[in-house]
Amino acid sequence: MTIAADAPRFHVLAVDDSITDRKLIERLLKTSSYQVTVVDSVSKALQFLGLLEDGTTATPPGQKEVDVNLIITDYCMPEMTGYDLLKKIKESSLLKDIPVVIMSSENVPSRINRCLEEGADEFFLKPVQLSDMKKLRPHILKGKSMDSNESTSTPSSSSKKKSSNEGILPEWTKTRLNLPWSFLSYFSSSTCNY
Amino acid sequence: MAAFAQEQLDALVNGMYREGFLDEQFQQIRALDEGGSPDFLVELLGLFCADTDRMLNEAALLLNQPIVDYKKVDAYFHQLKGSSASVGAHSFKLTCMLVRDSCDKNDKESCLEALNLAKQRFYELSKRLNIMIQLEQAVYAHKAGK
Repeated sequence: MTIAADAPRFHVLAVDDSITDRKLIERLLKTSSYQVTVVDSVSKALQFLGLLEDGTTATPPGQKEVDVNLIITDYCMPEMTGYDLLKKIKESSLLKDIPVVIMSSENVPSRINRCLEEGADEFFLKPVQLSDMKKLRPHILKGKSMDSNESTSTPSSSSKKKSSNEGILPEWTKTRLNLPWSFLSYFSSSTCNY
Repeated sequence: MAAFAQEQLDALVNGMYREGFLDEQFQQIRALDEGGSPDFLVELLGLFCADTDRMLNEAALLLNQPIVDYKKVDAYFHQLKGSSASVGAHSFKLTCMLVRDSCDKNDKESCLEALNLAKQRFYELSKRLNIMIQLEQAVYAHKAGK
């Protein structure tokens, strides 16, 4: 696969306990020109991100600072779920601006809503398609512009999830949180496969 | 020679779609192969088959215990349903759902029946997938040699 020498490659961390799905998501991401790291559990993802059990951040010794532009994670995993990972990321001052996408093979409205309310940027129904990869870039670019905004403007004071999310989530998401059913029809038309 | 292998491959794959072994998700998977090389397909299907084989055996062990842990069995088939959907293994996916239904009812006998059906379906599928892989590699080898 040829990539322009100076084109930046965004780095995606993918989390899935299924070896088949890990292979597939890795391929989908690489085909879409992302640099990919794949792990098989939430605890390994947290380790990679330098997030400790107690929620504090520490770069593991010998590892240079991790630069992850997006995290895509399966929902249903043994021990810690994708939702647990999402929560830990949003609770971390260092990592909360990294966009998070949740994948699930099950279309459960309450699950989808729960994830979105916790700050997930997107929810994919499995099996994930190549066309779904196109939906990632806007979230990455939005995340990047958040970084540059924060460095130039006065720092936001609140550490509460909800108010910090208001700055990150686009208008349509806020509206959809109040109208779960119309939101669900948006996803089911594009990704439902049964 | 290459044309023959291609014909065989097409016939096999079309037959698998027709008989419900595969669904349109498989098309998506195949389209991810680059430059005609079936490396990704071969690797993915290899992982899928090995992992499925392992989980079916572990589920069988669980179901043969005097006290069955239906939650664990269900967890295996939840995974299998997911991975089979990911590769487009349609009819095998359906048998996984049958096992889960039996697990819900905590019904050992119907669970064992459903498991046997899943094993049978997987055996039929993996046989065909193995032939498909060989044909894909033969077709590619000839094309690459040109």
